[in-house]
Amino acid sequence: MKTVQNNNTVSAVSLSGPLEFKPKTSGTIPRGLTFLAVAIIVTMLLIILGNIFLGGIGTINWEFLTHPPENGMEAGGIFPAIFGTVALVILMVIAVVPFGVLTAIYLHEFTRPSSKITRIIRVAINNLAGVPSIVFGLFGLGFFIGFVGGGLDSIFYDNEGPVWGQPAIIWASLTLALLTLPVVIISTEEALRTIPRELKEASYALGGTRLQTIGRVIIPQALPGILTGAILAVSRGAGEVAPIMFTGAAYYLPYLPGKLNDQFMELGYHIYVMATQSPDVEATKPILYGTVLVLLVLTFILNFVAIYIRSSMRKKRATV
Amino acid sequence: MQDMEKFQLKPKSRFREYLGEKIIMVSAFTALIGVLLIFVFIFKEAVPIFTDPEIQEEASLDKMVFKQQYYEGRDPKFSWQPNSEVPKYSLFPLFIGTIKAAMVAMLFAVPLGIGAAIYSSEFASRRVREIIKPVIELLAAIPSVVLGFFALIILATFLQNVLGLTFRLNTLNAGIALGLAAIPIIFTVAEDAMTSVPQSLREASTALGANAWQVSFMTVFPAALPGISAGVVLGFGRAVGETMIVLMASGNAAIISTSIFDSGRTFSATIAAELGEVVFGSAHYSVLFFLGTLLFVFTFAINLGGDMVLVRLKQKLQGKT
Amino acid sequence: MTASEKRNGTPVYKLVVRDIDFYYGANKVLHGISMDIEKNRVTALIGPSGCGKSTFLRTLNRMNEIIPDTRMTGVVTLDGKDIYRDFNDPSTIRTRIGMVFQKSNPFPKSIFDNIAYGLKVNGIKDKAIIRTVVEDSLKRAFLWDEVKDILDHNAYMLSGGQQQRLCIARALAIRPEVILMDEPASALDPLSTSKIEDLIGELKKNYTIVIVTHNMQQAARISDYTAFFYEGVMVEFGPTKELFTKPDRKKTEDYITGRFG
Repeated sequence: MKTVQNNNTVSAVSLSGPLEFKPKTSGTIPRGLTFLAVAIIVTMLLIILGNIFLGGIGTINWEFLTHPPENGMEAGGIFPAIFGTVALVILMVIAVVPFGVLTAIYLHEFTRPSSKITRIIRVAINNLAGVPSIVFGLFGLGFFIGFVGGGLDSIFYDNEGPVWGQPAIIWASLTLALLTLPVVIISTEEALRTIPRELKEASYALGGTRLQTIGRVIIPQALPGILTGAILAVSRGAGEVAPIMFTGAAYYLPYLPGKLNDQFMELGYHIYVMATQSPDVEATKPILYGTVLVLLVLTFILNFVAIYIRSSMRKKRATV
Repeated sequence: MQDMEKFQLKPKSRFREYLGEKIIMVSAFTALIGVLLIFVFIFKEAVPIFTDPEIQEEASLDKMVFKQQYYEGRDPKFSWQPNSEVPKYSLFPLFIGTIKAAMVAMLFAVPLGIGAAIYSSEFASRRVREIIKPVIELLAAIPSVVLGFFALIILATFLQNVLGLTFRLNTLNAGIALGLAAIPIIFTVAEDAMTSVPQSLREASTALGANAWQVSFMTVFPAALPGISAGVVLGFGRAVGETMIVLMASGNAAIISTSIFDSGRTFSATIAAELGEVVFGSAHYSVLFFLGTLLFVFTFAINLGGDMVLVRLKQKLQGKT
Repeated sequence: MTASEKRNGTPVYKLVVRDIDFYYGANKVLHGISMDIEKNRVTALIGPSGCGKSTFLRTLNRMNEIIPDTRMTGVVTLDGKDIYRDFNDPSTIRTRIGMVFQKSNPFPKSIFDNIAYGLKVNGIKDKAIIRTVVEDSLKRAFLWDEVKDILDHNAYMLSGGQQQRLCIARALAIRPEVILMDEPASALDPLSTSKIEDLIGELKKNYTIVIVTHNMQQAARISDYTAFFYEGVMVEFGPTKELFTKPDRKKTEDYITGRFG
């Protein structure tokens, strides 16, 4: 055994035989502290949900869901807001799903993951997901209403007053479509990854073209993932308020939206208006709670369905 | 053999194939084009601040950044009052309000988010983890307007009663609700970073005589640290950009105060509160889009940075499995 | 070997294994393994993939306990003490029985911190001791000359062979009495492999070594004893020379002559 030169300290350690180890603490403290974090989060969630449930359940009945607001929103129901929200997210899904799915297919089937284009698109997707929702609102106002809508008006309507260049359900839903695009892309991609390569190769080996393989093998196989993405997008879109405040949502409308350039009422915006602009907050409180509960139940049902589809998809992959 | 000859395969349409592939390719650029358009169209409306002398009269970069003397004989000060007789566009009060709210949110969300991520990744049994993760997803699914409602109606009253506060709506109140919005991001990114630490490192640590918690805190946590920090940064980005919660719960007073028990007004809430009443093309309009540009650039930088850290961490850890 | 052990001539058994059964869930993967492992000798475990040799190795330092849903019966003693029942904290036993893995697995830390890790988790904070032990361990693993100037560099910078020797040095730093090696050279090039084999020959002077390998030439070159495993059963165990030249069992002969893999 070579001896170790050690100039600065006279070391007490022998170079053979065991070292003197200290007994370890059992780790109860770190375990307990991190568990406490979980417990606090869960408790806060339960408080929020419990409070909204208890506060809102008394208000909810058939009439509340099917009648318009009355008496300055202090009475009546929220039917126009429900209708507007549903119409909004349907338009949004129609716009976002094709683009989201095709982007995912392009990233997965047309390019290598390391290629420059893929990386740039991925950076764009991640950034899009991080853009604050109020910025989407500004964008919807500047681009869809000002540029596209205003442009249409000046070309087709000779600027006889705004037809398209004003807040409308179509612009709100397109703004939300851009906001939820990353959700659809990411979900679809996860599904694409589960498709065994052999399946695609089988299609090519039988003479299928790339387009045929995509249409007949890849998209059908990825359907659960696409569905999950669409549902999560709806859940996200239904809850966003900032992007639609200036692009189409209205405080109160005596009619339901019937055309693409109509304004609309929406649940989230309705909540915001009632909570902050109501002349008599106490009087609107039951309706406010009821509306929050409806929005929350809607979002949670959508999320539960999405989580269920996704977990059964993952199980399937695990057994493949 | 003769029967076989009758069996003819149809030639495929080359054109359809070509068109289909082109459509897919073009669609794939939606996200990229979207991000670019967002920047262009928001910045475009903010440009008059830099070019239009008439608007600069009211709101120039100088006026937004430095102290201004608005009335003769008074001290120069920072002030945000776009609708007053002499419009004032100092961004400083908004900056204070934004940072203050985001910091409170982080103080609340970072320990909880990381703590829960450590518990879920390191200590929880598989069954408990299968419960924790959907619970956090549920928290993430709560629309921010609902969190804003919760802070405005319930939390604000509770905090005021418990702490004996003067102002019902304040930064603390908004910050806690903001924190609830940031927790899922921090949790998800941090948990993902820790679970992607390869099993071989855990085994190496165990074989050297480390306890379960030592493996977690001395091996897994340091190895995942870049990812965990990225989660914190992304959570901060979310807290800065979040709108409805602060709009509803912070009181929105554009004052210069470092106390978390005072009200505060953030960039995002300012846009949301004022854009509805602003005159199209006015100085105020341009300034609001300028605020939007700042928010966009800030979150863009944060996301880009966080993203790069995460990609590099994954490569590093996977290169070693 | 100490003088007294040499004088009376009977072998000293460091590890004694009796009737090990091991289960993954309901699946029994080890069937009644018993073995005496001699001190300061190299014992090789050979057999086709999935025969249970790695699982068996991991029962010797309680590494299997970190895998959920596993169960074991039987006894393993270290110097006469039952490692499962006489030690409350499994980490204590792992400081006495070290382990080197199939793929080198340095921590994403500096070379120095990799070696120091085991000392730190076991409560040694004295910097002078740590520095001395780091240097000593690297020398024992014949890595010191290659890394002495780059101790603060990240361990990932090292080549595959150097990384594996770093992992050996890291295991040596906590002064184990036994070193378990799970195919330590299987991912390495021939040159690095021969360095590791030389190192093992050197290490057995001071340590008891149990090594899993599915390279039979390697087992023949470096080990004193060899155990042949097949489908969770230990088919044959004896001095390496005898096992490779005149095996008792047909199965062993078939395997070492390459009739099945």
